[in-house]
Amino acid sequence: MHPAFSVIFLTTLIGAGQGLFLALITAEAFSHMGALALQEHHFYSNGSLLSLGLLMAGLVASFFHLGHPERAWRSAAMWRTSWLSREVIALPAFMGVVFIYGLLHYLEWNPKIFGTTALPETNLTLMVGIIGIVLCFTLFICTGMIYACLKFLQEWHTPLTPINYTLLGMSSGFTLATAFATQYSLEMTGLFGTWAIILTLAALLTRTASLLRNKRIKYRSSLRTAIGVHHNNIQQKSQGSMGGSFNTREYFHGMSAAFLKSVKWIFLLLVFPLPLLLLGMGLSNDATLLLVLAFAVQYLGLIAERWFFFAQANHPQNLYYQTV
Amino acid sequence: MTQLALVIDLNVCVGCHACVTSCKQWNTSGAAGSLMDDNPYDKDPTGTFFNRVQTYEVGEFPNTETIHFPKSCLHCEDPPCVPVCPTGASYKRKEDGIVLVDYDKCIGCNYCSWACPYGAREIDEKQKVMKKCTLCVDRIYDESLPETERKPACVLACPTSARLFGDVHDPESEVSRAICESGGYPLMPEWGTQPANHYLPRRKTSIKLHEDELTRADNPLKKDGRLPRTDPDAPFLEDSVSW
Repeated sequence: MHPAFSVIFLTTLIGAGQGLFLALITAEAFSHMGALALQEHHFYSNGSLLSLGLLMAGLVASFFHLGHPERAWRSAAMWRTSWLSREVIALPAFMGVVFIYGLLHYLEWNPKIFGTTALPETNLTLMVGIIGIVLCFTLFICTGMIYACLKFLQEWHTPLTPINYTLLGMSSGFTLATAFATQYSLEMTGLFGTWAIILTLAALLTRTASLLRNKRIKYRSSLRTAIGVHHNNIQQKSQGSMGGSFNTREYFHGMSAAFLKSVKWIFLLLVFPLPLLLLGMGLSNDATLLLVLAFAVQYLGLIAERWFFFAQANHPQNLYYQTV
Repeated sequence: MTQLALVIDLNVCVGCHACVTSCKQWNTSGAAGSLMDDNPYDKDPTGTFFNRVQTYEVGEFPNTETIHFPKSCLHCEDPPCVPVCPTGASYKRKEDGIVLVDYDKCIGCNYCSWACPYGAREIDEKQKVMKKCTLCVDRIYDESLPETERKPACVLACPTSARLFGDVHDPESEVSRAICESGGYPLMPEWGTQPANHYLPRRKTSIKLHEDELTRADNPLKKDGRLPRTDPDAPFLEDSVSW
């Protein structure tokens, strides 16, 4: 497939935004249970603002993918069948909850909503946060399933696709949260940093698994089934256009195999070992700059990762275009 | 239930591209506006087509066959491109099974084209909406046309009658009979899309000749000599019969 930068930015930016929001809720839940000292409200409101900014940037990027962005509102219609439609609903809904969550913290309005001997005491912001968690994971699943549901794009048609989207988004979000928390509390930095390392390692595991899986993929379609001629030696002589067509542009990345391979190693380096190293160094030295660098490096790596994700997918229609 | 479709006979197609040009002509002149054409008479011409003819060579020299392969939307009975559309612009008509795009609802996100394993959909890069074969839906029901012309433009244009059009759900139709009797097959059956369009395979036409059929064993002129000459003294018919 031809990687579209609008989609690359959409998925990586909202992934980081979602991860950051999950980090904030983790912090609030830990503080609520008494495992951590309570944080200032502006820690959460500023964090939510940052998360919202990333989500908004992702949303803006997605509009560049559309031929008719003014009709984008129509895309909420087919949520019963289309994962893309579901994402279109889940993203603004999640953004709304992040906004409410940030606003409640900004206004420092956090009444106790229930609490009995049987149930632990729950505050309004925590409740909103829990709704946010549900929507956040819904959004991760929708984003991943857009690709995973296309069964003949065999590189994508695996549960590893939504899992990778979730874990990679969470790793970048928690790495960002680590850098963000240095402005507020050392304790939070440690918590987020630890989770960032755990999530990055988990993502390394699942992303490597999908790379290994895709390496041994057996394609179900061949030129024989594509044109229905059962002969081992079929050569294409013409492909129905002189100067190329949508079919020769949309489904081919147009780069050499060596380029593809180098992007793979670049993202494997930038998304996993380098941020892990920078996180480790940053956490032990309490150096904000190294932690910011860790996020920057990982985010850059994720752009390469997403580019590779699209470029690697081999659409069966390419069988009809043997010489592109 | 009706399922309109094309049946394309690869044994007959000569690869003349008449279906391509007539399709382009009809569909670029319709109510939906023109089909994109970029640099049509220049270097790297490109544009939107609903139908393209590709050519393949099968076998090893000197035992090769050339197959001209017309390729358009197959109007699948279970079209994977329809459920993925976020706006509902892409739909399959209940009454005749034609898969269509509502150009006024399409947001141009390309997702349906990703979901088509055949690459049958092409975006119109000027109008920014997804386009595809409509089976000339604006023609086949047009009662102002004579009944014989209520067929897709490609079918009418084909000089060798390699393209048949009809209802594949009607077992008595010309297309169903062709599929049944000439071994019609769908493309990429492994994905369960159940394409309505079928292709008829290349067929070898041969006749068995026996030795005695090549040299005439029963040549009466050679065997029995010339026909006997008539006796010049024998009476003519006129001599014995009075009119």
